[in-house]
Amino acid sequence: MKTIIPVGPYHPLQEEPEFFELEVEGERVTKLNINIGYNHRGIEKLSEGMHFDQVTFLVERICGICSTSHPFAYVQAVEDLAGIKVPLRAKYIRCIIGELERIHSHLLWLGLAGHFIGYNTLWMWAWKYRETVLDLCEQISGNRNHYAMLRIGGVRRDILNKELNELKEKTSTLIPAINMFKGAAMDDPVIGARTKGVGVLTKKQAIDYCVVGPTARASGIDIDVRRDSPHNSAYGLVEWNVPVLEDGDVFAKVVVRILEMLESVKIITQSLDRLRDLKEGEIWNEVREIPSGEGIGTYEAPRGEVFHYVRSDGGNTPFRHKIRAPSYVNILSNEVAVVGGDVADACITLAAVDPCYCCTDRIQAVEDGKVKYNWKQLLQLSQEKTERIRKCYENYKR
Amino acid sequence: MRKGIKHQTFNIKHVTFNIKHLTKVMIEDIVKEKLGNRVLNWEKKNERRYYIEIQKENLQESVGILFRDLGLRFSIASGVDIIDNFEILYHFSSDHEDKFFSLRVKINKENPEVPSISGIITAAKWIEREIWELLGINFVGHPGLKRLLLAEDWPEGVCPLRKDYNKNV
Repeated sequence: MKTIIPVGPYHPLQEEPEFFELEVEGERVTKLNINIGYNHRGIEKLSEGMHFDQVTFLVERICGICSTSHPFAYVQAVEDLAGIKVPLRAKYIRCIIGELERIHSHLLWLGLAGHFIGYNTLWMWAWKYRETVLDLCEQISGNRNHYAMLRIGGVRRDILNKELNELKEKTSTLIPAINMFKGAAMDDPVIGARTKGVGVLTKKQAIDYCVVGPTARASGIDIDVRRDSPHNSAYGLVEWNVPVLEDGDVFAKVVVRILEMLESVKIITQSLDRLRDLKEGEIWNEVREIPSGEGIGTYEAPRGEVFHYVRSDGGNTPFRHKIRAPSYVNILSNEVAVVGGDVADACITLAAVDPCYCCTDRIQAVEDGKVKYNWKQLLQLSQEKTERIRKCYENYKR
Repeated sequence: MRKGIKHQTFNIKHVTFNIKHLTKVMIEDIVKEKLGNRVLNWEKKNERRYYIEIQKENLQESVGILFRDLGLRFSIASGVDIIDNFEILYHFSSDHEDKFFSLRVKINKENPEVPSISGIITAAKWIEREIWELLGINFVGHPGLKRLLLAEDWPEGVCPLRKDYNKNV
């Protein structure tokens, strides 16, 4: 007998507004229908009415977690369109912020994945170490998310050379934490039982569905935009590897992401080292005007390739701006990954592609039914905290 | 001292890569040869970006060649309203060669129709639905052409990505 289980669009566990319609026979999933569009904000249309520089901020708002990836791909597209080169220092800074974002995104996912299979200890631990990464982001850019670091032709903010040692020290504290997760996830029999052989996406299916990022790399497709197309970024100048696994199940996706975090730490430490030899302040090549033409920019977001296509007619605003987030192709692949599995495994399988959430709310304190802090007070609180982090490390250095 | 050595190794690596690059048959030549006389206009924007204009009658064949025969990855399609007519670009990525091949198809506004490629590439299912609702281009042969992003109560036949779209409607 066929039963339909609706999941979403507002589901208490998966916070994102998506609608999954599972068709089941007994315990087995036989078909999946996916509905999206509950959060459609028309960003491509909005972009057509904004100045090229403003669009950098607009695309940051597509996603709170990929808030560097979208601007990264966008500036790459405009730089491809106009043939702009980027100073070396800016290339390294781009990599540092991009990789910090990757670590925090993967830790977020790891925590959620643990939560989905009922392993809440992993969730708490992962998010604890994620705070370290967010503090690093805050020290560099002033913000935990939405860093506003990128601009066409370079980066917006410099990293001071006197801060490099602290940043490096703090980054190195992540290595034992990630190694702990590596041990916890790879050796834990419960995680193995819940994820091994579950939600398998074969290599052929992965090619058909054109999946990207860790989802593709867990299915044996060796692609990574950072390695394959390192233009206007420093990924070609540092030593690191791309972990690729063959199994295609949820476990492989967990392992790929954990190994990737270690590679990210490698990239960050090397980039921080190289910054020392470069002159402070040379972070931006001036861009006078954007000629007419078209450009394609890509970047490896934590979830896979972000694609931006920008067309200009010589004016101040994009004539057309097409954005493809990695989840757009990855989510569709659930259509085959979930089918044939148990209903109980559907949740972790659907979550295994790391569908994108918006989690930028910093704090909303409510007391007696009233909002305790308004926007201005929150801003002040956040600025005070940034200052505190900086001071704390300055004292620590002394 | 150590640092110097490190840099040197990197330079040597870089050179070998370049030599490899020279001796290899370039992917763009293979694409050009395979597509043959289907190409209306071959535009090389730079070393990494190629825009290939084809007729919409040849679209399915050309997509088959790029996706199945050459094994390129379908990244996405983007529909553009260029006032006189519509244009759809099908972006194919040759990942390891770091090149993008974009098939450009022009569609007239009186009869906005184009053959669907979702039979060849499953991943094109959603983007065709998206272009259909946002630009009003019909994909002939698509198995389930229904709304993807727009709300259910969005007025019928109003396409927000067209340039003549009026916000106040």
